[in-house]
Amino acid sequence: MTEPERKTDIGPPHYGQFLHPVIKANYGKWKYHEIIEPGVLMHVSETGDKLYSVRVGSGRLVSTDFVREACDLADKYSQGHFRFTSRHNMEFFLTDLSQLPALKADLAAKGWPIGGTGHSVTSIVHTQGWVHCHTPAIDASGIVKAVMDDLFEYFGKHDLPAQVRIALACCLNMCGAVHCSDIAICGVHRTPPKILHDKLRHLCEIPTTIASCPTGAIRPHPDKSLKSVIVNEERCMYCGNCYTMCPAMPCFDAEKGGVAILVGGKVSNSKTPPAFSRLAIPWIPNNPPRWPETVAAIRKILTKYAEGANKWERVGEWIERIGWERFFEVCDIPFTFQHIDDYKFQAYDTYRTSMHFKF
Amino acid sequence: MHKTPLLDQLESGPWPSFVKDLKRVAARKPQTADLLGVLERSYKDKITHWKHGGIVGVLGYGSGIIGRYTDLPDEFPGVEHFHTIRVNHPSAWMYTTKALRELCDIWDEHGSSVLNMHGSTGDIIFLGTRTEELEPCFAKLTAKGWDLGGSGSAFRSPSCCVGPARCEWAMYDTLEACYELTQEFQFDLHRPSYPYKYKLKLSGCPNDCVAAVARADCSVIGVWKDDIRIDQSAVQAYAGGELKPRGGATKWDKLDIQKDVVELCPTQCMSWDGKTLKINNRECNHCMHCINLMPQALRPGTERGAAFLLGSHAPILEGAQMSWVIVPFFEMEKPFDYLKELMTNIAEWWSEHGKNRERVGELILRLGMRSLLEAIGVEPAPQQVRIPRANPFFFWHQSDFDAEAKGRRYDTRQGFVR
Ligand code: HEM
Ligand code: HEM
Ligand code: SF4
Ligand code: SF4
Ligand code: SF4
Ligand code: SF4
Repeated sequence: MTEPERKTDIGPPHYGQFLHPVIKANYGKWKYHEIIEPGVLMHVSETGDKLYSVRVGSGRLVSTDFVREACDLADKYSQGHFRFTSRHNMEFFLTDLSQLPALKADLAAKGWPIGGTGHSVTSIVHTQGWVHCHTPAIDASGIVKAVMDDLFEYFGKHDLPAQVRIALACCLNMCGAVHCSDIAICGVHRTPPKILHDKLRHLCEIPTTIASCPTGAIRPHPDKSLKSVIVNEERCMYCGNCYTMCPAMPCFDAEKGGVAILVGGKVSNSKTPPAFSRLAIPWIPNNPPRWPETVAAIRKILTKYAEGANKWERVGEWIERIGWERFFEVCDIPFTFQHIDDYKFQAYDTYRTSMHFKF
Repeated sequence: MHKTPLLDQLESGPWPSFVKDLKRVAARKPQTADLLGVLERSYKDKITHWKHGGIVGVLGYGSGIIGRYTDLPDEFPGVEHFHTIRVNHPSAWMYTTKALRELCDIWDEHGSSVLNMHGSTGDIIFLGTRTEELEPCFAKLTAKGWDLGGSGSAFRSPSCCVGPARCEWAMYDTLEACYELTQEFQFDLHRPSYPYKYKLKLSGCPNDCVAAVARADCSVIGVWKDDIRIDQSAVQAYAGGELKPRGGATKWDKLDIQKDVVELCPTQCMSWDGKTLKINNRECNHCMHCINLMPQALRPGTERGAAFLLGSHAPILEGAQMSWVIVPFFEMEKPFDYLKELMTNIAEWWSEHGKNRERVGELILRLGMRSLLEAIGVEPAPQQVRIPRANPFFFWHQSDFDAEAKGRRYDTRQGFVR
């Protein structure tokens, strides 16, 4: 018998073979860019070449049919090349601007929106949710769809004081790393795990389960014959880490799980340093299929920001300037015990030590 | 097809609907029909119906495949197994349609036809297939030049911004660096052997389009050292309104150079007399604000490289962290030996001292920054801290007395002078 040849560790294909000819010819030679209309970028090279990139929203969770349709458009307009952005948008490349109206018409026929550049709300970076993950408190793609339907007017326009970047994570693990977004949507559980003692001893390794708890809330069960664990519920912050290690510790509750909103983060260094998003709303009910309360809360924050921010101010810069006490007031958000940090060493950093506050 | 009255409500509205999209596939694939069935059930129950998987994978690899099973296999047999395959994406997510169609062919044949373009780490995520499809799918992928991405306590697929391929601000070749480093760490990508995940993201400039500072243990961010290049006539054009602020990305037609640029410069190192824009470049902290606003008038300098930052991760366990500056400047030229060595040395220190599931940023908090810096041979520099400590509880080592005896001191331009 001949050994079948099995390739491993070849890594991804070299990007060089995927570059659009104009990109290849002008690699590293770009001089400047303009955004000639929302969603349409023009890059100008030192060689004088121009490349037009047309940015198109996508749901991230897509089918091969969708990808093939995008390929058809790329063959028609983009010499068989296109790319995805770090925020799940697609970009088609035109070398001749006269093709733009035809591309626009084809995109419109599919219902694929153009935008996501500059001072817009662009696609929401998000995670798996109920379509594929085992720890979500909320869905991902459904909330994203509902929020983007509502904020659609901001996707194809440059109407805001600065760019607004929204991200969603369906549990505290934050696969989407939402913790540095202008507006972050985060799924939260609010109940400690229920321990299924007769299953636990068969399914779970007790030392790893105990070690998995970030707050040290899990102990061996005092009744050794049970071969199980107990949870100090006061200490539990419902992260679900234990469930990840041990399926006999489900911590989901259909009614108590929900949405938290954090605001004011950013990653770029422009003007102010990168910043974490901070808690604005600790809990909103989990309300599929369209999460109206979450959608309304985000619209409110966004509109208050759009009204109140100075030119070029990101959400967090606006809040820093007016003060958080004013932010809660203008957005009508009640301030609760949950807003005051009590998690480990990062907490004390957030308490106020000055007389610089407002009434 | 299952009835999906709740999901159906997500078919309307102007944003592209994943429900509409997936229904097309469901019409020809029972597996994907069952996926929508399970999802509808979650919408009704407000609870996930996925269980954590056992260990599945392809021969010789410890990562790249994530086991996934539904807790309702009797009702939805099509998704009894529904494993994820992570396919390592090409640098900057550039494709030819030929390559993408080949990927679609493979996934139509061996899986659910549902995918993420892309996952948060950057990989192409093939969402859902059966255990027996894994090896054949992998064989077809490698035959077409594709490989799996990382998962678990492994090096994760690095990702990078669009960089020199289509951005004038790239301070180094992010695409080539991403490719080279992915190749360099193939073994660690596919065979989890670290205490926990180890991520790398590469941004070409301080705008950080791949969120490296927040989303990767190892964050490489481009920066320049010399002077911002100014085209004074273009500055005039911005002042006069012939050129639009931020290249047209805003609702404003005209830039007020004094108010919008000079007064918002965080270091107050610019001045404008109505004719000439001046920058005191030694005081510039490379925030990009002025360059972002006037891309035709201002360009970063030509002495280029990158900063290396370390430690970011999402909130679990110790609370979210952003990466800290470790090496404020180094040259990022192919074959990127310095970066490879640095990342290897850091991983060694972390592997030696880290507890299971302790991210490298958490280990630094536990053992102290000095422990890391000494282990990797990086000297202290004021760029590493935002502000020095406020307490007097600092330690002295013999090496400090030795350095003192040698008269070593820090010079803000030259670093340590021995
Ligand atoms: C306590 C340790 C663990 C934590 C905190 C954890 C957390 C996570 C996170 C953040 C994801 C992201 C999923 C996504 O984006 O889809 C995930 C997915 C997953 N994890 Fe874990 N996990 C842990 C341990 C494990 C273990 C031990 C296994 C397997 C035995 C496992 C199997 C999976 C699987 C199958 C997925 C699915 C990924 C997907 O659906 O795309 N995890 N987990
Ligand atoms: C064995 C355990 C785990 C597995 C199998 C796993 C799986 C995954 C998957 C599938 C993704 C990509 C999600 C996507 O893009 O769709 C991911 C990303 C991520 N996971 Fe995990 N995960 C695990 C553990 C964890 C834990 C414990 C944490 C939290 C500390 C975590 C935090 C994250 C974050 C922050 C990302 C996104 C990072 C980024 O791309 O920037 N994961 N993980
Ligand atoms: S954020 Fe949490 S629930 Fe959502 S995909 Fe990641 S681990 Fe799963
Ligand atoms: S949910 Fe988190 S905090 Fe609560 S017991 Fe489990 S691991 Fe500990
Ligand atoms: S990070 Fe900088 S170099 Fe990279 S794409 Fe963004 S702006 Fe351009
Ligand atoms: S890059 Fe930032 S700090 Fe430097 S001159 Fe421009 S605005 Fe000022």
